[in-house]
Formats: sequence, C-alpha cells, structure tokens
Amino acid sequence: MDQLNLDSANASHVLSWLTFLPLIGMGVVMLIPKTNMRAIKIATGVFTFIPLVIATQLYFSGFDKEASGYQFVENLSWIPLGKIFYTVGVDGISMPLIWLTTILFFIAVPASETVPRLSKAYYALFLMLEVGVIGVFVALDYFLFYVYWEIMLLPMYFLIGIWGGPQREYAAIKFFLYTLAGSVLMLIAVVAMRIDTGTFSIPELVAIGKAGGFTGPALLGMKFTTWVFWFLFVAFAIKIPAFPFHTWLPDAHVQAPTPISVILAGILLKLGGYGLLRACFPVVPDAMNEFAFALGVLGVVAIVYGAYVALAQSDFKKMVAYSSVSHMGFVVLGMAALTDWGMNGAALQMFTHGISSAACFLIVGVIYDRAHHRDLNGFGGLAQPMPRYWALATIAFFASLGLPGMAGFVSEALTMVGSFQSQVGWTEEAKASGWMWGPFQWLTLIATIGIVMTAAYILWALQRVFLGTLNEKYKDYQDITGREVFSLAPLLILCVVLGVFPFLILDWMEVSVTDLMQILAFAG
Amino acid sequence: MNTLTAFDYKLLLAVPLIPLCGYVIQIFFGRNLPRKGDWLLTGGMFVVMCITVYMFFSKALGHEGTLPFWNESAATEGGPVFRWLYDSSAVSSDRNLVAGILYDGLGATMLMVVGVVSFLVHLFATGYMHGDRRYHIFFANISLFTFAMLGLVLSDNILFLFVFWELMGLMSYLLIGHFSHDPTSSRIKFAAAACKKAFLTTRVGDTCLFFGMAMFYFLLPREYNELVGQGLIEGDTVLSSFRFSELWQMTGAIVEAHGGDYPAWMTVAGLFTFGGTVGKSAQFPLHIWLPDAMEGPTPVSAMIHAATMVAAGVYLLGRMFPMMSPTTLQFVMAIGGITAIFAATIGCTVNDIKGVLAYSTISQLGFMVAAIGTGGLGIVAGLFHMVTHAFFKACLFLSAGSVIHGCHHEQDMRKMGGLRKMMPITFAAMLVCTLAIAGMPLFAGYYSKDRIIASAIESVLTQWRGGNVFVMVVLPLAAMLTTFYMFRLIFMTFFGEYRGGHDDHGHGAHGHDDHAGHDAHAGHDGHGHDHDGHHGHAHTPHESPTNMAIPLIVLGLLGVFGGHMWLTGDPLSDYGTWFTKLVRWEDMYVLPDGTSLQLLKMNMLEVSEHNHHVGHIWAVGVSLTVLVLGVLAAWWMYISKRQDSEAGSGDTAALFPIPAQVTGKLGLVYEAVRDKYYIDEFVNATVIRGTMVAARVQSWIDSNIVDGLVVGTGKTARGFGFLCGWVDKHIVDGAVNWVGNTTQAFSSVVRLFQTGRIQQYISFAVGGALLVAAFHILT
Repeated sequence: MDQLNLDSANASHVLSWLTFLPLIGMGVVMLIPKTNMRAIKIATGVFTFIPLVIATQLYFSGFDKEASGYQFVENLSWIPLGKIFYTVGVDGISMPLIWLTTILFFIAVPASETVPRLSKAYYALFLMLEVGVIGVFVALDYFLFYVYWEIMLLPMYFLIGIWGGPQREYAAIKFFLYTLAGSVLMLIAVVAMRIDTGTFSIPELVAIGKAGGFTGPALLGMKFTTWVFWFLFVAFAIKIPAFPFHTWLPDAHVQAPTPISVILAGILLKLGGYGLLRACFPVVPDAMNEFAFALGVLGVVAIVYGAYVALAQSDFKKMVAYSSVSHMGFVVLGMAALTDWGMNGAALQMFTHGISSAACFLIVGVIYDRAHHRDLNGFGGLAQPMPRYWALATIAFFASLGLPGMAGFVSEALTMVGSFQSQVGWTEEAKASGWMWGPFQWLTLIATIGIVMTAAYILWALQRVFLGTLNEKYKDYQDITGREVFSLAPLLILCVVLGVFPFLILDWMEVSVTDLMQILAFAG
Repeated sequence: MNTLTAFDYKLLLAVPLIPLCGYVIQIFFGRNLPRKGDWLLTGGMFVVMCITVYMFFSKALGHEGTLPFWNESAATEGGPVFRWLYDSSAVSSDRNLVAGILYDGLGATMLMVVGVVSFLVHLFATGYMHGDRRYHIFFANISLFTFAMLGLVLSDNILFLFVFWELMGLMSYLLIGHFSHDPTSSRIKFAAAACKKAFLTTRVGDTCLFFGMAMFYFLLPREYNELVGQGLIEGDTVLSSFRFSELWQMTGAIVEAHGGDYPAWMTVAGLFTFGGTVGKSAQFPLHIWLPDAMEGPTPVSAMIHAATMVAAGVYLLGRMFPMMSPTTLQFVMAIGGITAIFAATIGCTVNDIKGVLAYSTISQLGFMVAAIGTGGLGIVAGLFHMVTHAFFKACLFLSAGSVIHGCHHEQDMRKMGGLRKMMPITFAAMLVCTLAIAGMPLFAGYYSKDRIIASAIESVLTQWRGGNVFVMVVLPLAAMLTTFYMFRLIFMTFFGEYRGGHDDHGHGAHGHDDHAGHDAHAGHDGHGHDHDGHHGHAHTPHESPTNMAIPLIVLGLLGVFGGHMWLTGDPLSDYGTWFTKLVRWEDMYVLPDGTSLQLLKMNMLEVSEHNHHVGHIWAVGVSLTVLVLGVLAAWWMYISKRQDSEAGSGDTAALFPIPAQVTGKLGLVYEAVRDKYYIDEFVNATVIRGTMVAARVQSWIDSNIVDGLVVGTGKTARGFGFLCGWVDKHIVDGAVNWVGNTTQAFSSVVRLFQTGRIQQYISFAVGGALLVAAFHILT
C-alpha cells in the first residue's frame, strides 16, 4: 500500500471543482437580488445538482475500486512558510460519503421550501456549508482539514440560530461552543504532531504513526500518542456524537429547520466517524488498540442508552435525534472491535444511517409543516387521510429500525457480527479454555438490547402517529405532496437498493478498509 | 447428488420472484387495475403452486439414486448464487456472503405446502376481503409475505433465512394492522396495538436468534480450526460460514472429536437460536402476540398465523437440529410441552371462534417443538406435524372465516349455532379438519400426532429423565384437550339452533364484552351481500360464494388425505413412511462432500427396536383413548344436556348448563385459565412497565446529569465570566479608579489652596514665617 503516493501528475482538479462549485454558487446567489427568491432557489438547486452529477460520475465511473491509496490527488503548496499544503484526494472511505453529501444537499433544497423566514442568506449559508463538508471529506492535509472543519461550523450556527425553532439561539450556541471545544482539542493535537514531526500531511502522519515515529514527551504519566489519541477522539466524538458528548444533538435537531436537520443527521454526524477513520485511528494506531475496549463501551452505552432515552421522548423529532445517538453507537462499536466486519459495518453504517435518518427527519418535517407541533401523543390515525405518507414513513422507519432487506440491517449485522468476533481484551486463559469469550462478546450481547428497544420506540411512535383512531383535527390533511416525495424518494429507494445490494457501497470501501485494518492490526 | 438442472433452478428462482414482482406491480398500479389486481396476484400464486407441486413430485419424490435428495445451488457447478456483500469473487467466502438455494426433502415439502396454502388463501381472500377499502394493499402485502416465506424455505444459509424471517415479521405487522387504518372498524385501536405487540414480541426472539447465529458463525469454525490444530480433526482449516451444510459439517466433526459431547458454548448458542423459534412459533413465554394477532383479517390468520410463518420457527429447528446439543433439546422439549398443555387449557375457555383456533395453533406448535426436542424420531414427527397442521389448520381458519363471513362478522360462538344446515360446505370442511386435528385415524393429523406421542414415550423408555416424563404426560393430555375444544367449537357453532340475529344479543349471562369489537371485518358493509343473492335475509347466515368454498374443499381434502400422501404401503411402519423416506433423517443433513451427518452419534436419541415397538403400540392406544374421551366430554357438555328451548334467550349459561356448572365448580382455576393465566397482565406489569421506567430514568439522567454537566459547565463558565467582570469592574478597574479618585479628592483639597490670589499667598508666607520664628523662640 502506498498511501504516500501524492503524485499529482494526473490531477484533474475534479475534487477542487467539487468542493468549490457550491462556493461559486454562493457567489451567484449573493448577486441575485433578494426579492427574486425564485431565481435564488433555482441557482441553489443548480449549484447543488452539478456537484451531485460530478460526484455520481466519479463514484460510478471515475473511481477505481480496486486501487489502494488516494485518487484524484491534488497537491499544491499553500502556505510555504508553515509547510502547509493544499492536498486533496479520496479513497474508498470518503468517496461514498462525498456521494451521500451531494445527494443530501440536493434533496435538502426542495425540502427548504417550508423553512420560516426564508431568505437569500439562508441559501448562501447553505451552499457555504456544503463547501465545508466536502472539503473535510477531501482534505488530506491536517491544516486544511481543520480549516474546512471550522468553515463548516459557522454556517451551521447561523442556519440553526436564525431559521430554527423557538429556542434556536440556545441550541445554536450550544452546538457552536460544544463543537468549538472539540475543535480546540483537535487543534492542540494537530499542532503537537506538527511540532513533533514537522508535517501536517495526513498520509505522512499515518506512515509515521504506523512506524511508531512519534517522539513527543510523555505528560502526566501518559504517552504522547495517548494524549493525541484522546484529544482527537474527543474532538470527533463530539461530532458523532458519542456518549457522553451527545447532548447538543437533540437540542440542535429539535430547533433546526427540517432540511438542516437532514444535513445535520445525514452528514455532519458522519464527519465525526470519518474523522476517526481518516485522521485519528490510523495516525495513532497503538493508542487505538490500547483503548479499543473503552471505545467499545462508549459505543454500546450509546446504542442502549440512546434507544432507551428515545423511548421516553414525546417529541417526534427528539425521538429521531436520540435514535441517531443510538445508531451512531454502532459506528463506534464497529470501529472499536478492530475486525474486518466491524470496520466495514461501521463505515457502511455511516452511509446507511445517513440516508435512513435523513429520511426520518424529512418524514417528521412533513407532519410538522401541517400540524406545527411534534407531540407524539397529539397525533393519531394519520394513515387514514395520508395513506401515501404512511407508506413512505413505514419504509423510512423500518429502514431505521434495521429491518433486513433495508440498508440499516446490513451495517448493523456486520457491526454486530464483527464486534462479536473481536478478540480485543481476550485473556490468555480465555483463549486457552476454549470458551472463547471476552469483553466484546459481552458488549455485543448488551448491544442486542438496543436492537429490541429500537423496534420498541419506532413501532410505538408509528402507532401513536399513524394508527388507531383518527384525531378529528387532522382529518382534512393533505397527503404527502410531490415536492416532499421528490426529497424522500431517492433516500427510500437507496434504503431498499442498498439493503438488497449492499455491494454497491461495500465494494468501494473494501480496499481502503482492508488497508486501514492493516495499519491498525500492525500496531496491535 | 445434484439432480437439478439449470432449468430447475430457474423454476425455483421464479417461485419467490413471482410474488415479488406481483407485489411491485400491485403496490404501484393495483388501485387502477380491474378488480384491483387480485386476479394478477392470485394467478401468480397459482403458477407458483404449480411449480412447487411439479418440482415436488417430479424431482423430490421422483428422485432416484443412491445419494440423498439434496441440492444446493452453491455446491452445483453454475448454480444460481447471489453475492451479497461484495460483487466480486475475489473476496473470501467468509466475508462475502454467498447465498444460494437449498432444495432438499424438507425444503421441497415445505415449499409445496407454502405454495398450495398460499394460493388457496389468496383465492379465499378474493371473496372474504371483497369490498375492503384497502383491498389492493391487502393483496400486495400478502403477496410480499408469500415472497418472504418462499425465500425463507429456499435459503441455503441462516443469514438469509433470518432476512426473510424478519421480512415476514414486517408483513405480519402490516397485515395484523390492516384494520388499524379502517375508520369504520370498531377494532381499529386494538389492531394498532396488536400489530405492534406482534412485531415487538417476535423481535425479542429474533434478536436472540441473531445472536445465536453470530455465535455459530464465529465460534464454530474457531473451535473446528483449533481441533484441526490439535490433530483431532483431519483436514484443512475452514472459514466462517452461514451455510447450513457447512455448519452441519463443522458441528459433526467437532462433536465427533469431542467423543460425542457438545462443547458448552454450543448449548448456549443453541438456546439463543431456539429463542427465534420461541418468538416466531409463539412458544411460552413469547406466545402472547399470537392471540392478539387475530385482529388481522381471517385469511391472514389462516396463512401467516397458522400455516406458514409460525411454522417457520419449527422449520428453523429442523434446519438447526444438528447444532442443538442434547441439553438444548431437553430445554426445547420442556418449552414445547409447557406450551402445548397450557395453550390447550386456555383454548377450552375461549368463546371467540378465532381465539380458539389461535390457542389451538399455539398448542399444536408446542407439540411440534416438543417432538423435535425428544430427540428421537420426533424430529421427523415434528416436521411431519408441521406439514399436516398447515393443511388442516389453514382449513379450520378459512372455515372460521367463512362462518364469520356468513354470520355477518360475528365471531362469538355463543351467538352461532345450527350453522350445519345453512353452511354445509363449511361444516363439512371444518368437521373433517377437526377430526384431523383431533387425531382421528385415517385423517391427516393422526399420523403425525400419533408419531409425536410415540416419540415422547420412546424417549422415556430410552432415557428416564424428568423432561421426557413431563412431555410424555402432558402431550396426551393436551391432545385430549385439543379434541375437546375442537368439538366444543363444532358443537357450539354448527349444532343446535341459530342463536344470532337477535337485537338484544350482547346482554347474555357471561357478558359479551368483546362482542361489538369483533366486527373486525367492518370494512365490508355488513349487510350488503352483493355476490350471493341473499338480499333481504340480512340476519340469516349463508354459505360462502364459490371462490371461498373451493379453498375450503381442497384444504378439507388435504386434511383427510394429507397424511396418507406421506405414507407408503404399510401405514403402521414408521421407518418406511413416505415422509420419513423423503426427509430421511439419516440423509437429512448432507455435508458438502456428499455424505450425510451421522445424527445418531450426535444429539439424536438411539431408540432400540423393542422400545420403538412398545412406544408405537402405546401411542396408538393413548391417542385413541384421548380422542374418545375428548369427544365424549364435548358431547356431554355441549350436546347431550343442551337446552334448545333457551336458544333464543341469549343466555349461554341456561343453554349449556353443564359448562356453567363445571366452571362454577372450578372457580378460581377456571378464571385463571380464562384470563390466560394473567401472563399479559404480568408482562405489562413487569417488562413493559420496567422498560418504561428504565427509559424515563435514563431520559432524566440524560437531561439532568449528562446534559446537566454540559449546561453546568456552560453556566460555570458564564458565572466565572461574570465574576471576572465584577472583579474587573470593582477590583481591577476599581483600583485604577481608586487611584484616580483619591488623587482627585486629594487634589480637590489641595486645590483649595491654589486660589491664585497674591495677598493670600503672602499671608500664608508671613504666617509660616511667624510659625517658624515662634518655634525657634519657644525651643
């Protein structure tokens, strides 16, 4: 494997185009007079659609699934004084997520129709957000990565804080400060590594980490790599969000307008998991191996605890938000297991949860736009006036529940089996006794509680919203409209297609995940 | 070994795909098709039935050769396989799940049963569901269900079995909840709760099954490879696999290497796997969903909750039998026995016609599970009972549906009676199948049930163990109760005078608390019989139309001959029966190398010839005795002392004095049975409430402790900020200001002297000089 292959001889600048097209779009939107909302919307649509086309084309034909290392690499000197480079490239882990990003941003445009106080600034910030997100996925220089990471924060703050619900300011500030606290930790770790090794390049750092090349001093009895690991882990864990760093998420989700919730749940959370895979675990693989069990515990707690807390919610959107906490626990658990299946499952879970949770938030948005409340106990029998809505909601929620045949099942099953296979923390006696049982086997067993609870809160919510006696207030509700279906349909189709043909994602990730596992196993 | 051609595999592939395509067409276009598309799906199912029957008779039955009948597409050159996780053959097989078709004796039989029953239920539903407002959705859902069930039967690996297994759970959820969308149904709320309960309860079992699968997947090859390393198993190391044949092979080798013992973890894994059966096949204590599932339309009850889906749990046991250690099997047997007897007792007290059949189904499933648990030839008996039960129970449910349809959606047996003359076809079909389930010789159920009881007796004769004795005692008792409650159903429904159609019904002695509710079929206008010319006789029960009668007749015939079909020559010879030959327990579990698993060296009880004969003779005697006793009891209670003069009063206690006396004498015991042993109440009070409390506690922790810490940190930071602000304002800036203020104050005093007037300055100077002079003079 040659992750250091940053030769940009064949560079097509396609990734730069992908990243900065929304920025151009932002410029275009800003030039349109604010009274002409129609033109603004069309421009936003166009400038999210073009990246979608490019990403789809890259995904299906440009990207070489068989190849190891990074592709479409561009490597330019950016700030020579600090040896900071503009290095971008994609591999099998980031490619599907970039595709997901462009899909979700595109479908969020029509979903934005019902956002209150909609204005030109909304679309401008929306496009700026996409720049940040794609940038993080393509960045291979830690400094660049950090810059994009911060770029992403700002528009999100305004999108929640200006266009959100009644408590939007509280939620926005909480989101901003919490994530910023994480970013600071990341910055400290990045600077420390820069001082230690003299490079910001992620592939170089990975190579150094693999060779055990960090020479930084131990501090307070902990090794340098341990410090780096925990600083980076907390920075990314806040974004995932992993227990116990998750409490900003329900507030942000409940206050954010529907399309922003879609983006938040669909992509922004994935950045945390992606960050771990790209810029944390492979950089300090020895520390990762050392603390795998602790991560596994965090993952399982998130799965079970998130599901229980979701069960207790009476706010529809908050329930879905906590289901995200629960489902992202699978990502942490799968990575921590340090097995092929677990890692693939975790990487796939990021994609599948991206589509299913986005679909769930769209579903919640549909009813919120009509009823202007989200109290689960205030609905009832909505399947009668809105049969098509019920049908789509069933698909979305059962995909989220992990029903076999839908995308969520594949990733959850891979994660669970992978975690059950994990040999992390096995004692020599356990291996010798033939009982073959260790900490991760217990964790997997506990995680199954979460699977049952997931079914419980989802079915209970479906019953309270859709089934039973129709609440008279809602009997004239219009069934789901074409615009809403337009946003939902691609996600639901993906849910089913990926459930039946998961190789449409797994094939792409195979090589990169294997490489990653080699790095991690090497240290173990 | 591989006798199927490429074309045969194509046919088999078409079997699940036809209903799937039907579903897709129906869901998008069904509303606009003529007759809302029912002909399309029913026709499709007819084709499926033809294929399954053809394949069964021409391939499975017509199989000749020295090797067992067993086909696995993954083991066949060019056989159809589906690479699931990775679309490339470069990825090793333990990571790239390759799914294929497994078509052996058991699979072929089950496939045919599902094909036949599904078609007949589709046909029946065209009449029964007529006029339903979600008619096309109903057909779409039931079609997708059929797809899942057929796929499950054909799966050659347990993971895909699980996939279809859960998919069936979803369709069951949607179909039980069919009336929860129907504003005209009075059961709308109950249906909504029932479908959730069904999915959640089975999900508990499914999760256990998933965990059991993961255990086998990971630990089996590990153990195998370790034994290879120790030289106890000859051959190469293996990769993990979900494929049944490879699981069987590994288990066989491991057990042999351990000298016939199962490793302890296999017992645990087996129990987890059995959890799936407990959930899906409604075994104690997860049976609670099945009676509630009767909220679904009757064709759904017949197909999903009697013939196919609930039997899938038994099918799973059949597939996983080699992996079940003897200890696990003891547990399986005990659970089956408990379920069989306790559901049968409840069945005797239920007045809802579908309720009786629901508890009967639970009880019969208990029979099958217990039979497989006995570990002898019970595996064949249990699977055989699964087949015959599918026929006669589907028929019973459809007949019940016909009765309900004929009585205008009345489900309470106390308001029926005398339907024998009004619904002759239904009566005939139901009577035949009642005899079958009761175990009347020469009817289908006799052969399987007799064989199950024989297995229980044989297991006791061979191994005197508590579990075996328990099962040997309770199974005949349960069989007697089966006969009793089934004839009770027949006598209450079809004999005597018709008791329905009174305006004052609902005020009977026992209180018809659930009468109004059982109008589950309310979507169909209760009085509009536009299809059979009974206008003007709205309150008279009527025979069902042809499209509903044909399935009854066919299933009734299968209820009679379904058992014979499985026998060749001498019906008293057990080893020679057709079914045992087809399933051929010696060859039932074929290994990838073409040989069969030696079950007798593993978990299967070896029954001596002598014990076998003794067991068989006793079983015949016992089954006939319990049959006669059961019928007599029912006759005594519901026929001999019936007061027909009270038929019109609606007072059930007066009409049937004996049951009233008996129940009165039993008192609390009766009430406990009638109230289903309070299991639902118990579950509600413990599991459900416990879960909700746990959820609320964790939610409280989340918002007050976890988030409290965050908010607390924020507040502390803000407080610190205010503090700093105060310090800054009052101390830091205060010091600065103090310096300034002091200076200013001082200077304002000093300023008093700085008047600028020369006279004052001179007077100060003179005054000062005088003071200095005075000082000097005085000192």
